Amino acid sequence: MLKLAQQTTRRLRGIHLAIPLLVLLVAFFAIPVLELVRRSFLDPDGALTLQSYGDFLGTPAYRTILFRTFFVAVVCTVTCLLFAYPYAYLMTLAGPRLRRALLVLVLLPFWTSLMVRTYAWLVLLQDTGPIKAVLAAIGLEQVHLIRNTTGVVIGMAQILLPFMVLPLYNNLQKIERSDLLAAQSMGATPVRAFWRVYFPQSLPGLFAGSVLVFILALGFYITPVILGSPQNSMMSQLIVRQVTERLDWASGGAMAVVLAVLTLVFVGLMSRVVNVQQAFGGTVDKK
Amino acid sequence: MTVAVDTDLALELRGVSKQYPGTDTAAVSGVDLQIRRGEFVTFLGPSGSGKTTTLNMIAGFISPTAGEIVLHGRNIADLPPHQRNLGMVFQNYALFPHMSVWDNVAFPLVERKYPKDQIRERVRAALEMVNLTGFEKRRPRELSGGQQQRVALTRALVFDPPILLMDEPLSALDKKLRQRLQLEIKRVHREVGITFLFVTHDQEEAMALSDRVVVFDQGRIEQVGTPDELYRRPATRFVAEFLGDSNLIEGKLVERDGATALATPECQIPLPDWPGGREAPSGDEHCVMFRPEDVKVLPADDEGAACRGTVRDVVYLGSEQRVIVTTETGREVTVRTGGETTGIPGVGGTVGLRFSASNAWLIPTGG
Ligand SMILES: Nc1ncnc2c1ncn2[C@@H]1O[C@H](COP(=O)(O)OP(=O)(O)OP(=O)(O)O)[C@@H](O)[C@H]1O
Ligand SMILES: [Mg+2]
Repeated sequence: MLKLAQQTTRRLRGIHLAIPLLVLLVAFFAIPVLELVRRSFLDPDGALTLQSYGDFLGTPAYRTILFRTFFVAVVCTVTCLLFAYPYAYLMTLAGPRLRRALLVLVLLPFWTSLMVRTYAWLVLLQDTGPIKAVLAAIGLEQVHLIRNTTGVVIGMAQILLPFMVLPLYNNLQKIERSDLLAAQSMGATPVRAFWRVYFPQSLPGLFAGSVLVFILALGFYITPVILGSPQNSMMSQLIVRQVTERLDWASGGAMAVVLAVLTLVFVGLMSRVVNVQQAFGGTVDKK
Repeated sequence: MTVAVDTDLALELRGVSKQYPGTDTAAVSGVDLQIRRGEFVTFLGPSGSGKTTTLNMIAGFISPTAGEIVLHGRNIADLPPHQRNLGMVFQNYALFPHMSVWDNVAFPLVERKYPKDQIRERVRAALEMVNLTGFEKRRPRELSGGQQQRVALTRALVFDPPILLMDEPLSALDKKLRQRLQLEIKRVHREVGITFLFVTHDQEEAMALSDRVVVFDQGRIEQVGTPDELYRRPATRFVAEFLGDSNLIEGKLVERDGATALATPECQIPLPDWPGGREAPSGDEHCVMFRPEDVKVLPADDEGAACRGTVRDVVYLGSEQRVIVTTETGREVTVRTGGETTGIPGVGGTVGLRFSASNAWLIPTGG
């Protein structure tokens, strides 16, 4: 008994180092969030009710926005993945100088403000902008890159790219290149060697990056506001409208809670999928 | 060379060279080598001598800048690695960390699209041969270094390649385990009967394992021979010094009392009935090698001593000891004696040295 108490104190000895952050987290994160959750269950008279949840999920327009938000997040994640994987792979092959240059390039967005970058995209993508001019020249005048979901995805994916590249690179850089040679010496073509030996080992980084990008994408506000349109709004815009324009804290809170819960469920499901990792290697059943 | 000899060849290198892009010297230059079926051949050489480069050219990971690599009569220099059908064990084992032991060993069979029941049977038998039954479900990191090594060996052999390539497969292990695995590799070689090509920079390992050793230095082959040939009859000074301890004594060959003798400023080493003496013209400078076990320590006043010197160091090695003697001109001679310690004074004492003629070896001029 005494021993257990000693062990516990030993384990908690360093705890005071975390106190400043814990205080901040409780005061400025936990308390406001709990307050929002509490309000989402109250009607204007302060009585307990599920009215706000019913209103939110029962309104088709709101459900469309919820669905669109997840759709945009998924498209952003996949887009980032398609760009980040070859990039991170190249970083593992590069010599120290090229690697540093590639790293700086990917971190560059972190050093410029989100707002500046988003307006830069506005300049590039607008109907009088250079990209539109190129599209028009090849006969794609009908394509609009702004005030719609396309523009939002382009802007968000670029901003989120580092969050995919960094965890992926961190993972890929730990994979032994000799594994690929070994696979080839055992009769695998380079392509087979990649899919059976390299790719499965990159899944943890791929998953970490995807979760980061996905969660960040679900909560994006400024970029959809600038590059999108009210007709194509996302959950964050809807919640802001409920709270700031209608002063309807209950329904804003309900929406935030639903979004958070769905995010957790989604991430949980994704981690299940990635745990099937063994399946990539386990092609032979063991009696 | 007759046709009969040719069908006996497993692998032949003809003038194989490799110069890496951006370097000004060749990593491997003009390597010619013939390896017979079932042979255990070791590439031995100091760091950077081109052993790995040569092995990787055989495996197909590096393409030679010149030369032919002939496998069973066919030039494979342009074949990608996955079509060469050669087994390979890597220095870091390169076991796939995301796969179980079973899946690692099954990998080459799955890639070759063997039927499922055959894969099962082969993997089971292969794991049994290296005593790894019961470890099938473990991940590589859950195995000891020696067990990982055995999985790597099994995985490289399970598809019956005609040649197994191994690049310093034991260098990550401690000495005891290394010696045990050397025995195991030898046993596996006997059992499967295929050609083994082994790379090491450890000369004892090379001697212990191989039918023949290929000594590399600076991208060239210095000598190819059985361990005994290399030890007893090194072709060059480099080989004499690289394999085991040696005393290389330079002097003039002279006629003395009707027999050959090696004369240096401080020594007269009689070499009666020495075959080497007939090959070398007397009067010239020559380099003669005596292995430490062919030198004897005598009392300082012994009549039969070729020269005298001071004991500088005595190293006990259990069953034997190594005595290092400095002669009057400062030349160091290493002597290996049996267990008998009597008659050898301590450090600083004066002793006589006698050199045995029967195993003396004349290093060919230019070597
Ligand atoms: N990828 C490369 N690019 C340029 N030079 C290389 C490369 N790989 C090896 N070399 C050079 O080629 C020479 C031979 O190298 P190699 O790896 O074949 O030596 P080794 O005999 O295997 O040495 P060790 O015992 O250290 O493994 C060395 O001088 C080395 O620096
Ligand atoms: Mg090497």
